[in-house]
Order: sequence, then structure tokens, then C-alpha cells
Amino acid sequence: MIEIQNLTKKYGQIKAVNNLNFTVEKGEILGFLGPNGAGKSTTMNIITGFMPSTEGTVKVCGYDIAEEPKEVKRRIGYLPEIPPLYMDMTVKEYLDFVSELKMVDRSKRKGQMDDIMELVKVSDVRHRLIKNLSKGYKQRVGLAQALVGTPDVLILDEPTVGLDPKQIIEIRKLIKALGKQHTIILSSHILPEVSAVCERVVIINKGEIAAIDTPENLSKNFGSSSKFSVTIAGPKSSVVGAIKEIYGVMIVEAHIEKDNDVINYYIESTKEVDIRRPLFFAMAKAGYPILELKSMDMSLEDIFLQLTTDEKGVEQ
Amino acid sequence: MLAIFKREIRSYFLSPVAYVFIGAFFILAGMFFMTGNILSGYPNINGTLSTMQLVLTFITPILTMKLLADERKTRTDQLLLTSPVSLTGIVMGKFLAALFVFFVTVLISLIYVVILFIFGSPSVAELINNYLGFFLVGMSFIAISIFASSVTDSQIIAAIVGFASILSLWIIDWVGGAFSNRIISDIVGWLSIMKRSEDFANGILKPASILYYISFSAVFIFLTIRVIDKRRWSEG
Repeated sequence: MIEIQNLTKKYGQIKAVNNLNFTVEKGEILGFLGPNGAGKSTTMNIITGFMPSTEGTVKVCGYDIAEEPKEVKRRIGYLPEIPPLYMDMTVKEYLDFVSELKMVDRSKRKGQMDDIMELVKVSDVRHRLIKNLSKGYKQRVGLAQALVGTPDVLILDEPTVGLDPKQIIEIRKLIKALGKQHTIILSSHILPEVSAVCERVVIINKGEIAAIDTPENLSKNFGSSSKFSVTIAGPKSSVVGAIKEIYGVMIVEAHIEKDNDVINYYIESTKEVDIRRPLFFAMAKAGYPILELKSMDMSLEDIFLQLTTDEKGVEQ
Repeated sequence: MLAIFKREIRSYFLSPVAYVFIGAFFILAGMFFMTGNILSGYPNINGTLSTMQLVLTFITPILTMKLLADERKTRTDQLLLTSPVSLTGIVMGKFLAALFVFFVTVLISLIYVVILFIFGSPSVAELINNYLGFFLVGMSFIAISIFASSVTDSQIIAAIVGFASILSLWIIDWVGGAFSNRIISDIVGWLSIMKRSEDFANGILKPASILYYISFSAVFIFLTIRVIDKRRWSEG
């Protein structure tokens, strides 16, 4: 659906985006994750044809944005970081204007308009001037604008920014629902959002792709070790000794002492072996009951920080 | 293009801009018509229209200052430039909207012509010629001040640049007159858009002059498109 090859954008000498390569399949929701200034918006602006790339190609539905911009633009709905709203128009007038701009068939216009307003829940403010709407409503009108003409592809630049938590959940649900009919690229710097909504994540840092995978795989595969938090009842020194004997264990640290002999340990093992079973049997044999055993997958936050900062990931 | 044209027309007449433009025009036009035609008993409109060209210098930039500068400021240009509309379509839609407001103004001013016909018998051909020249000059002013609106995202700066650009067209005329060298003053005179309007005012119709004003406008529309396109490449 969307193919991006060797995409590079230079502002003078500065490379805002450097050699991006990825594809988005039909019906997929792709998350675009990165710190501020990583090149997310620039990439989106190039895909939508707002600005040209310095090098590389973007193809949407088989059409090259540089060669057939009209065909591409016809198939894309774009919600930029700041919703492009005309403050002196009412919601309905604005959406009518957009459907005219996007060359929606006159006969289909009214029905589609009602559907969209119902979907993003702006029907009740349709006759109000956009400048008098709250931030949440403005964002929704922006989203409605992107949906006009039922484009195959939706590009949403931080769609939930500035909304209250309830609205954020609503919009996320909406985006997930939209994912059934549209191919979506969504940018965000809010990580739970991406893991909640997206099927695949591109982490971008300083204009380059740092990682690209499903949220699950990212947290599974990332980092060089598996981490566990275990609470065991038993004398500290012998418990630590017994754990260290298990194959694959690298680090054992007594973390929190809860009671006299109930201690929470932090264990790191190599990724190749799962130490949970041997750990269970070793403790059972030694007569130290395991009260709690928890695997600590890296959260998307950890991965993100590890990928986008020079420091090592934040240890728990 | 039509969608943009319609939106701008709506915006003009729902905001004070069109009314300020038309109102300012007629306050001054009324005074010039009163002194130049009625009190002095002069049966032709040309003197009033020539003076009104000076008024247009001041008020045309107000009409156009918002057109492109504000799109950039409010980031609505992102909507326009990612829609299946060509850049030419966008600029032409806006240009025609401003031209339409000016056209409406010119139409209203025909009331003066009616008054002239009631009290005298002016030449129809000459009147048409006068008005044609006036309209073409106004069109050129709109084109140049739309260009001014494309170079900045501030409406105030757009208005000042537009005003300065139009004023420089007048000054070229004076500069040309100051040269004693015949060739230089001819060249400058040929460039001067004011000099050509004198022909229309004097009732002389030259097809070359009509073509000149249309080309003048086309050049500035073209430059406007180039400025916006250039910015797509260089800015983020």
C-alpha cells in the first residue's frame, strides 16, 4: 500500500530524515514513534505530498508522489500536527469545503458527511463556528476532515495530542475501528498509545529507523537478557547460592527484604534459556518456597529510551 | 479551484474585509466624483477613475493580505497542498476571489455613470474604455499584492510589501520622467503601468495595452506559484 524507499530530506546541511525504508501493508496500522524532532512530521509531510523529498521515493497504492501527486493525494487523508481548520467557518461548512476540495461526488457528499460527523461525534456542533469549539472538538473536526472522501490511506500526526484521557480513549478506539477499512500511519510520542493501537511500530531517531517490529516482538527481543522478579522465602545466602548454580543465570540481586526471610530477588539470565522451570525445581529441592515469580519484559518505554538516548536503558 | 474561490468569497463577505474595501473605496470615490464631476460640471468619468487608482494603491493590499499569508500562519496550507488541487488552482482561486470583490466594487460604481447620463451625454465608448483601463490596473494591483501575501506569513507585512510594491510602480513613472535621455525615459515609460492607463483615460484603446496588463498579472501570479513551490522544497 505504502512503499518508502531511501527517503532522505535535507534542510541545507542538516539531514532531517536519513535513508528511511519501510512498507505498510493494506489494512495495517503502523505506529511511528520517536522523540520530538526525530523526523516524524517531516516524513509524513513527504508522504502526503506537502513537501518533496531530497532523495528517495514514496509510493502510495502504486503511484509515485513525485510523479503523480494528484493520484496520491486523492487516496490520502491527512491530519497534520496542527489541524488545518478555518476558524471562520462552521463545522459543516468546513467539511463541505473539504469534500469539494477532495472532489467527492456531489451525490455522495451529504450521506458521507453525515456518516463522518456521526463517527467522530461532531454532529451536535455542526452549526457552530470552529473557532468557538474546544480543543477536543477541533481535533475531531481535524480527524473528520481526513476521513472525507474515504481515502485508502490515513496519515495521522499525533491525533490524540491535547485531548483529555476520556477523549484519548475514544479516539484510539475510533482509530482501531478505522483500521479495518483504511491503512493508517499514526505518529505519537506516547508509547502506550502506540502499543494499544498499532500492529507494527517504527521507532525513528535523529531521522533514522532505530527499530521496526510488532510491539510484542520489540519488548520480547529487545535487550540482551531476560529479567525476572522473584520472591522467595528462605535464608538469603543459601537462596542466592542456589540460584547462581542454575544454568544461564547472570545476575542475582537481593532487592527488597520484606520479612526476615522473605526476600525479593532480581534475576537476569541469558535470553537463550528459560530459567523459570529449573528455578522452581531448585527452590523446591532446597525447600525454599517461591511466593512470586514475574517475568519483566522490557516495556516499550525502556526500548524507546534505549534506542533514542545514548545512555543505557533505565534499570528497574 | 472553484472550491477555493467560493471559500474566499464567503470569507470576504462574512468578515469585514470586503466591506472595509468597498466602503473605503466609495467614501473617497464619492468625494472625487462630487468635486471632479458634479461641482465642476465635468461629464466624463476618467478624472475620477484616475484619482481612484491612487486610492487602490492603498486599499488593494488590504484586500489581498490575508489570502496566502494567513494560510501559512494557521497551517491550513497543509490541507490545500495535500489535496488533489494544483498549486495554480489554489493561487488562481484566490486571485479570482479578490478580483471578484473588486469587480463588484466597479459594478457598484456604475451608479456614477447613471448620474452622468442623467445630467449630461457622455460618450459610451469612452466610458467603456475608461472603465476597462481602471479594471485592468486594479487587476494588476491585485496580482502584485497577492504576490506580496505569498512571501510572508504576517498579514501586516504582506499589506506593507504590497503597498510598497504598488507605490514603486508609480515612482517608476516619475523616475522615467526625470531622465533627460530620451531612450531611457522611453524604456522606463514602457515599463510603467501608470503611463499605459493614461491611454485608457484619454479614450485611446490599444490592444497591446490590454495584453500588457494581462501579462503583468500573469507574471505575478506565476511568481506567486513559484514562491510557494520553492518554499515546499526549502522549509519544514
